[in-house]
Amino acid sequence: MDIFKANNIEKHFGNTIALNEVSINVPEGSIYGLLGPNGAGKTTLLRIINQILAPDKGELFFFNRKLKSDDIFQIGYLPEERGLYKKMKVGEQALYLAQLKGVPKKEALKKLKYWFEKFEIQTWWNKKIEELSKGMQQKIQFIITILHGPALIIFDEPFSGFDPINTSLLKKEVLSLRDKGATIIFSTHDMASVEELCDHITLINKSKTILEGKINDIRNTYKSNTFEIGYKGSPEKVKSLPAGDFELVGHMIEDNTNYARIKVNKSLKKNELLALLIPEIQITSFRELLPNMNEIFIKVVEKYQDITN
Amino acid sequence: MNKIVLIVKREYLTRVRKKAFIIMTLIGPILFAAFLIIPAWLATVEDKEEKIIAVIEYSDKDTPVPDSLKQFFDVLTNKDNLKFEYIGYTSLEVLKSTLEHSKYFGILHIPHNVINSEVVELYTKREPSLNMEMHITKSLEKYIHNVKLRKLNIPVEVLNTVRTNIKLKTIKLEKGKYEEKDLKNLRRGVGYAAGFLIYFYIFFFGAQVMRGVIEEKTNRIVELIVSSVRPFQLMMGKIVGIGLLGLTQFVAWIILTFAIVTIAQEVLLEKNSIQNARKITPESIIDAKPVTQQHSKADNKVAEFEGILNKIKGIDFIVMISIFIFYFLGGYILYGSLFAAIGSVVDSETDTQQFMLPVTIPLIISIFVMINAFMNPSGKIAVWFSIIPLTSPIVMMARIPFDVPLTEVITSMVILVLTFLGTTWFAGKIYKTGILMYGKKVNYREIWKWLRYKI
Repeated sequence: MDIFKANNIEKHFGNTIALNEVSINVPEGSIYGLLGPNGAGKTTLLRIINQILAPDKGELFFFNRKLKSDDIFQIGYLPEERGLYKKMKVGEQALYLAQLKGVPKKEALKKLKYWFEKFEIQTWWNKKIEELSKGMQQKIQFIITILHGPALIIFDEPFSGFDPINTSLLKKEVLSLRDKGATIIFSTHDMASVEELCDHITLINKSKTILEGKINDIRNTYKSNTFEIGYKGSPEKVKSLPAGDFELVGHMIEDNTNYARIKVNKSLKKNELLALLIPEIQITSFRELLPNMNEIFIKVVEKYQDITN
Repeated sequence: MNKIVLIVKREYLTRVRKKAFIIMTLIGPILFAAFLIIPAWLATVEDKEEKIIAVIEYSDKDTPVPDSLKQFFDVLTNKDNLKFEYIGYTSLEVLKSTLEHSKYFGILHIPHNVINSEVVELYTKREPSLNMEMHITKSLEKYIHNVKLRKLNIPVEVLNTVRTNIKLKTIKLEKGKYEEKDLKNLRRGVGYAAGFLIYFYIFFFGAQVMRGVIEEKTNRIVELIVSSVRPFQLMMGKIVGIGLLGLTQFVAWIILTFAIVTIAQEVLLEKNSIQNARKITPESIIDAKPVTQQHSKADNKVAEFEGILNKIKGIDFIVMISIFIFYFLGGYILYGSLFAAIGSVVDSETDTQQFMLPVTIPLIISIFVMINAFMNPSGKIAVWFSIIPLTSPIVMMARIPFDVPLTEVITSMVILVLTFLGTTWFAGKIYKTGILMYGKKVNYREIWKWLRYKI
């Protein structure tokens, strides 16, 4: 089931168009990546999901019914432009923001205690935010985002400003939230973490969706039929494959093993490559090279630019 | 609704606990009380040191009058720390030359022709106080005045009966109401204070609203909050919270000022007032006025005072206060929302200049028109500016004590309500767009565009 659906969303600011017929379907329990270059309209879409902005056109569904204003209690949002009241104490502030998300005071206190213990930050309770480092503040913000137990959690560039240790701590938390049943929308430029975390993605460019789907499907779609073969034996055999059907795009030697990257003509099956090589060399590994998200991102955006130009 | 309460609470509590606020709240009343108390206190404290004046009287050009023949003996009575000693047989020159090392503070020389010349001389070691000068001149004036009357064979009783003192009571006749001038001044004072209070409140706490909005923007917390509450709720919560903060300060100021003044009066002024009360008796005996006359005069004064008190009670305070609160809140919300809108479009306080001008100008105009309205409360300028919503909260306060026609009050109130509904809507629209706009220099054209956005 899709926990959240946006159908043909349109949003204008004066004469500029921020979103043009954008649709997303976020399956329940998934980690959904929202990608796109700067200024593509990602933040606008996230603000629409959080009902900070209203769309000019299009419909929004939450749990298969129309999105209503109370639904913000079930959504957690960590905006890209984020901060806290500098002069306010950590505990007091977390409590206030939890109450604004509809959590009763007592319950909020209990939950905050749990998270502060989990992150081992109980001593911060009476400190002012300005006394904390940026990374510490980010942790507090993370807790605030998820404290009310939202079914849908939206992270906009969540890892910016985190050191690698805290990043991995947070990634672990994100995955455990997903395992506990939450759905996560995840907007970022960090393609490595997209590959690591996301199941589904949507790529928005210049206010339009240009790519959408399961991450594995997308990678398969953009694959270039390139295979990497690890082998022992003479490289000559590999290099002398019929030129029309096979193209050697790379070769290297590592730990006494040769690795050849061979692009295969689409009309051929990968078995035919193996059939040609098995008699000649001793194959130790064979895998298909799927493009990474970074390559896909650049390729798709550039292609789109060419079309629109 | 519940969320607005939460926001109001936060806005109020975080500010009410600030050191600057607490200090202002405590220092304010001390300053006000000092303004009220210190002049009165100084007047009494000033002459703690005993000052003795040697009085010397000359019968002709060269001879000091001996004690027995002194005409002015007992005319100058001791008062508080001021003492008089009568000296005979010693010449003025001798006294002057020895003054420096004598016990006397000064020498009062009464020349022989004082009745005609009306000049006496006071030689002193240091600058004499105003009280001392007043006491000496008043005592002598009174005495010489009576001497002159006796010379002309006019009994003091006769003089007192013919003495006339016209007091002009202006009474405005309108629908069976009347008003006297004393009361008019009182009302003027009340209106003036109320108008200024509103002016000050709008400026000071309106600016706090603006600063609060800028703070949320620069802290980057605003997007987090508007994902939980509507921007309008956040804006109104802030305006109301800071409004209550201001109200708290004013109430605290009034109570504390009153308390400090009362305590200070008890401690500093009570002793003296008792002394003064005792002093009245011997003085009034020396004064040759018949006892009955004095009584009636005192009675008159009491009656007059009671009359004023009754008239004060006669002002319809409930109506006055309700109207004050109405304009106070209406004006504050109107300007508060404009200040919030300004805060939302800028990134820092230094960028507010260009937007502040259109907001501060009507406020400053209000003050000028208010002062004008005291002179002429039903003049055209006063009437119009008490209806125009941007100036009405302050200007109407100046007019209200002078029986403004009900239709004008209602028109002004209705327009004010409509306007603040309009400005909060308008400000809310700017605010919604502005708070999410970072690092962009915004001008009026840009804001005009925002107003047409569908958010």
